[in-house]
Amino acid sequence: MMLKLSKDKIGELFQKIASDRTLYLPVDNNGQVNFGRWTPDAAVRLDQLKTVKSSKDFFFPQTENIVAFKRQGKDISIIEKRDANEPFVVFGVRGCDVRSLDILDRVFLCDPVDSFYKARRENGTIVSFACSEPEENCFCGVFGIDAADPLGDATIRVIGGDLYWDAKTDKGRALEESAGALFTQATALDSDAIKEHDERSREISGRLPLKDLDLDSFEESALLEKFNSPLWKELSQACVGCGTCTYVCPTCQCYDIQDFDTGHGIQRFRCWDSCMYSDFTLMAHGNNRKSQVERFRQRFMHKLIYYPANNDGIFSCVGCGRCVAKCPISMNIAKVIRALGGVSVSV
Amino acid sequence: MRRIRDMIRGRAGELLRDGTVNRVLGWTNGEFYYDPNPAIFETEKSLDSLVYNGFSAAMLSKYLIEATKKEGRVLVFLKPCDTYSFNHLLKEHKVNREKTYVIGIGCGGMLDIEKLRTLGAKGIESIDEEGENVVAHTLYGDKTFARRDALLEKCLSCKGKEHKVYDELAVADDLWEWETVNRFTKVGELEGMGPGERFSFWRGELSRCIRCNACRNACPVCSCLKCVFDNPRSGVQAKANADSFEENMFHIIRAFHVAGRCSDCGECSRVCPQNIPLHLLNRKFIKDINAFYGEYQAGAVAEGKSPLTEYATGDVEPSIVYERGGA
Amino acid sequence: MPINEEGGAFKPLIVAFCCNWCSYAGADLAGSSRLNYPANIKVIRVPCSCRVNPLFILRAFQRGADGVIMCGCHPGDCHYTSGNYFARRRTALLFSMLDYLGIEKGRTRVEWVSAAEGAKFANTMNQFAETISALGECRRLEDIRCVESEI
Repeated sequence: MMLKLSKDKIGELFQKIASDRTLYLPVDNNGQVNFGRWTPDAAVRLDQLKTVKSSKDFFFPQTENIVAFKRQGKDISIIEKRDANEPFVVFGVRGCDVRSLDILDRVFLCDPVDSFYKARRENGTIVSFACSEPEENCFCGVFGIDAADPLGDATIRVIGGDLYWDAKTDKGRALEESAGALFTQATALDSDAIKEHDERSREISGRLPLKDLDLDSFEESALLEKFNSPLWKELSQACVGCGTCTYVCPTCQCYDIQDFDTGHGIQRFRCWDSCMYSDFTLMAHGNNRKSQVERFRQRFMHKLIYYPANNDGIFSCVGCGRCVAKCPISMNIAKVIRALGGVSVSV
Repeated sequence: MRRIRDMIRGRAGELLRDGTVNRVLGWTNGEFYYDPNPAIFETEKSLDSLVYNGFSAAMLSKYLIEATKKEGRVLVFLKPCDTYSFNHLLKEHKVNREKTYVIGIGCGGMLDIEKLRTLGAKGIESIDEEGENVVAHTLYGDKTFARRDALLEKCLSCKGKEHKVYDELAVADDLWEWETVNRFTKVGELEGMGPGERFSFWRGELSRCIRCNACRNACPVCSCLKCVFDNPRSGVQAKANADSFEENMFHIIRAFHVAGRCSDCGECSRVCPQNIPLHLLNRKFIKDINAFYGEYQAGAVAEGKSPLTEYATGDVEPSIVYERGGA
Repeated sequence: MPINEEGGAFKPLIVAFCCNWCSYAGADLAGSSRLNYPANIKVIRVPCSCRVNPLFILRAFQRGADGVIMCGCHPGDCHYTSGNYFARRRTALLFSMLDYLGIEKGRTRVEWVSAAEGAKFANTMNQFAETISALGECRRLEDIRCVESEI
């Protein structure tokens, strides 16, 4: 059942949601919009299509403490460090980011289950946000994502001066109940507006410049052919080896575990890692990917061949376009798919 | 700049053909007008995709470190600001001048796609650069912006149109000119604040850091074979903003490592995905160096020493910092 | 982080990098001359003031120092001819940068102390400790993970 709320009452909705759990939503910090904690004076920016970093942070944070060791005399005590498991809501997640959690689930929730991730997934409620005006670097449609009606526990659409609420799971309905008094029932007239909104959004998605990226040839049987392609050298020569693409990516899931000597104990934490870095998967014998060509290739082979081969053909890219927008030298997965996917680069 | 593009395409073809150079370092077109990426061209035919427009901001000099390790000579296109970085790389013997052929190209100011987006260009399909205007053709209609409003931060305080080093020039007399601003204004403003205010300013900015290392990797003078931050034994977290200290420390040390060598090309700020004004750290060092040890512009010449690799017996005492007044 | 909270008076933690050839000997002389300087100044001996990597200074603040002082040979007297001249330029720039980032400038200091200047060493340290006591704790560059109660 679709519910409705006047847009100027959205602050009350946030207040209601935040009254008994933490609410994260797109917030402006000096012109950059990222997901942040809601406070009554937070600069909420729902008009921004994409946050710089994705909603991945709330389930798989960039750094998290795992365990600490403390030595007293000859005794070493092991202290488990785990964030308190408290319910939270991520509000305004776009369709691409919603799908990315499905991709992360397949990594972290398969055996052996990552209990840190699992706890966050169970505690998190996702309120997705339908896209009304997709941008030119979006290509979620290529991966079968419907940005006009994304998945999630509940979905909101902002049409004109109204916000429409559509609870899709038990979690979403529970959230709806706690804020129930604010909503009114949507009418038949509203259904028409929603239908029109979705159709318009899909129509725009249908003419985005990257909509025709051709993924057909990226399949397990082509692994060696793609791996040995001479194009990697050409594509990677501009790469400066930073981790921007990895860190803004909603589906990158590699991490490193490091120890930090605090002076009176050891703090063991995990942090995101990037296959673009020279010390990625560094072992006693050295690094098995010594050149940037190999590192660059690894990132895209993983997203387009290795991951799908292990996960029912699902690509580890959601077409959010963040890497397209943020790469310092404008090399990105769209260019890689164009070059290796058998379709010539359009000018 | 289209004229310059045609000039350099033609000239690059000639130089490849007559064997003066073996490869060409330039920019190749991408999916959009605004995303050309640096590329190496080895055949005359491949030069068809060579582009030079308001979005060819990525500097090429750093790529020469690798490119000049190969056999043969490489042709490179350097904008005026890039010639400073090139000179500095020559000074530090990172690039072999004999293996390069430099065409200095004119520049009409580089554009910032993020600024265009902030100004309201959503869903940009193509862009036209028309003199003092930039027209964005978007999925949601056409929009015209003043070029000055869309210039990259680094171009607002352009060092000028003079190429410091070149073998030949490809310039045009109709390039757009703009009024530049004093690069130290913001630094001065910060200096005028109290320590608490300054601290919160930097905390606000640096807390956005995601430790992607783009600032370091794009920097033309960050050319160590192995960076101190990539050493797992150095006790610093190279890839995690594990604590606010790590964010502060990384940015202080990064800026310090390029102090006296930084030509203020502004690449660090341009590439930052979180738009942190990193150039304000570098400019603080430049401002201090100028004030303490005399005016110095890194990369103005390829010879001589940098301020931190030399000294004078009469140098100011470090106490100058707290004698300078202010809070 | 105060190292001694007895009696309620704030005792700052101060790190002093001292050159082996001059100020470290100066500290020795201060000691053998029975001159007093605060016990909460931790002296770290370095082969030359030039050996002080900017990271050392940041590390001190990371791990709870409230002030950092670097002492070297008087300009012109460096055991290695010119080490302190380079150190002088570096610290001038680094301390200016720390000030720019909001670490009060009084928290950092450079002094030239020779092996014969035991009294100067003690005086300098007393003065510096006073300044830092007045400024109070330095939390701005502290690493939260290094606070004892965190683990």
